[in-house]
Amino acid sequence: MTTMISWTVANSRKLARSERKRRLGPLGILTHLALLIWTLLVMIPILWTFLASVKSEDEIFSDAWSLPAALRWDNFARAWDQVHIGQYMLNSIVVVAFSTFGTMLVGSMAAYVLARYPFKGNRAIYFLFVSGLAFPVYLALTPLFFVVQNMGNLPLIGPFIGLNTHAGLVLVYIAYSMPFTVFFLSAFFRTLPTAVGEAAMVDGASHTRVFFQIMLPMARPGIISITIFNILGQWNQYQLPLILLQDREKWVLTMGIADISTAAGYDQDWSAMFAALTLAILPMLIVYTVFQRQIQSGLTSGALK
Amino acid sequence: MLFNRYRRGLFITSFLAAPVILYLIYVIAPYLQAFYIALTDWRGVTATPRFIGLENFQRLFGDSKFWQAVTHNGALLVLLPLITIVIALFFAFLLNVGGPSGVSGIRGSKFYRVVFFFPQVLAVAVVAVLFQQVFRPDGSGMLNGPLMALGADPIGFLSDRGVAFWSVLAVMVWQAVGFYVVLFSAGLASIPKDMFEAAQIDGAGRLSLFFRITLPLLWDTVQVAWVYLGILALDVFAIVWVMTLQQGGPDSATTVMAAEIYRSAFGHFRFGYASAMGVVMFFFTVGFAILSLRLSRRERIEY
Repeated sequence: MTTMISWTVANSRKLARSERKRRLGPLGILTHLALLIWTLLVMIPILWTFLASVKSEDEIFSDAWSLPAALRWDNFARAWDQVHIGQYMLNSIVVVAFSTFGTMLVGSMAAYVLARYPFKGNRAIYFLFVSGLAFPVYLALTPLFFVVQNMGNLPLIGPFIGLNTHAGLVLVYIAYSMPFTVFFLSAFFRTLPTAVGEAAMVDGASHTRVFFQIMLPMARPGIISITIFNILGQWNQYQLPLILLQDREKWVLTMGIADISTAAGYDQDWSAMFAALTLAILPMLIVYTVFQRQIQSGLTSGALK
Repeated sequence: MLFNRYRRGLFITSFLAAPVILYLIYVIAPYLQAFYIALTDWRGVTATPRFIGLENFQRLFGDSKFWQAVTHNGALLVLLPLITIVIALFFAFLLNVGGPSGVSGIRGSKFYRVVFFFPQVLAVAVVAVLFQQVFRPDGSGMLNGPLMALGADPIGFLSDRGVAFWSVLAVMVWQAVGFYVVLFSAGLASIPKDMFEAAQIDGAGRLSLFFRITLPLLWDTVQVAWVYLGILALDVFAIVWVMTLQQGGPDSATTVMAAEIYRSAFGHFRFGYASAMGVVMFFFTVGFAILSLRLSRRERIEY
């Protein structure tokens, strides 16, 4: 009797499922087809660039889709030395290393105090930071150029933070990263429990120590997300270095890549150009493949808050 | 007790000092100065600015090139969010609810998400150079090569006045879609599966699943996406500056506000005039932000 009931139940489930399937239609193949088309749309331009980077100049200009007769790795050597991609990449790494570290340090300090310590003017400072989210940076470009120029005239530290200096660019990056960093992290600090920090205070820990040894480790998921967000944002920045760095040897990678094409003449070394483009894309592809989960959640977390 | 109060004050001050000072010097001060510079005739790096009131704005009203730029930003403001959100919603729905039973994700959905998202991590300047090559006007272009091999005339993706703007839009959509697929997928994942199952048992097909369940429950996320993409459309610079001919051409066919501001300030050194454009852009952006906050006040669906 029981076996019969369970048989009937199982059978009717199967029926219901196949009925549902019929109603939903044979979408399986079409679904994959649609997704496959976008996959190709994303990948083909990138793979095509990789292909062109090992072609000779003649092969690039003869037929867009021809395969190279020989793999010309010397294109990469020229991109690295003569197009100075190596130098630009090193500059980018130095600038972003310092600016992201600085952004996270002062950003988390400000966010923590604003989230956890009520005092007169707290809200005013918070809104001062957050209002920066709505300003278009293009309004500030001209005055910013002169602010940085004037900083260069300061005694002693001036030569290090004026125009054409990496330290100057680092400070600008930190300042322009504040709105989002403070906005996101103070929301994050507010969600953390207060009890642990209070207990440590009772035991005699200072405010500073509570922040660095208790609150910061507790805020790790938020810190990681925003660190990724800032690394990518600052690595990909083009507008700010464009006005602040004029000397070629100071340029960051985005400027180097953009310059190859905007300054393109007929004597352009096109195969080295494709190699340079590949050198800019490939490391991102590798880093992204390894950390794709963290990167996806880091970049989208801001929108979901 | 008093000592503790003092210690707390000292802590607050020391933690806020660096970020606030940096922010005041590099962000707030330039923005405030820009409003004043917009009222001067400041030209050239060394000249002394003279106050001329609203003259820059008067001239701006007759500047057809600037209004062309505004029109392009306006067109992007409508088209970029619309197209990106429709495509992203479609793919997010397929990835998460497109499985054979109608409630589960499809096979390989993680792979697709990883690939779709990748353009987002590339610098806009890099993407601009990449597509400049893709759009080459002769047989060496990725798109025109096959076209010409088939015997068709090459398309001037960047050189044809009627096509160039659409090329810019297409590249922006290409880069943005993956981000919103991931964003909408995260939103979809937080909707309980029972909702979809219950609806199906009640006889819902795929279309009504999408329009009656997915879309209403994702509405908050869609609005966030709309605001983000709108800001992106108003702020666009690098893709136009690096990819298009004559940095906004051909013949201003793709120029945008940011490009005109940059050209005016750092190409012609007309700082006053550039700041006036910046002020107009500021009001457009803030206006858009306020408008979208107003319109998006809608009851949240709790689930």
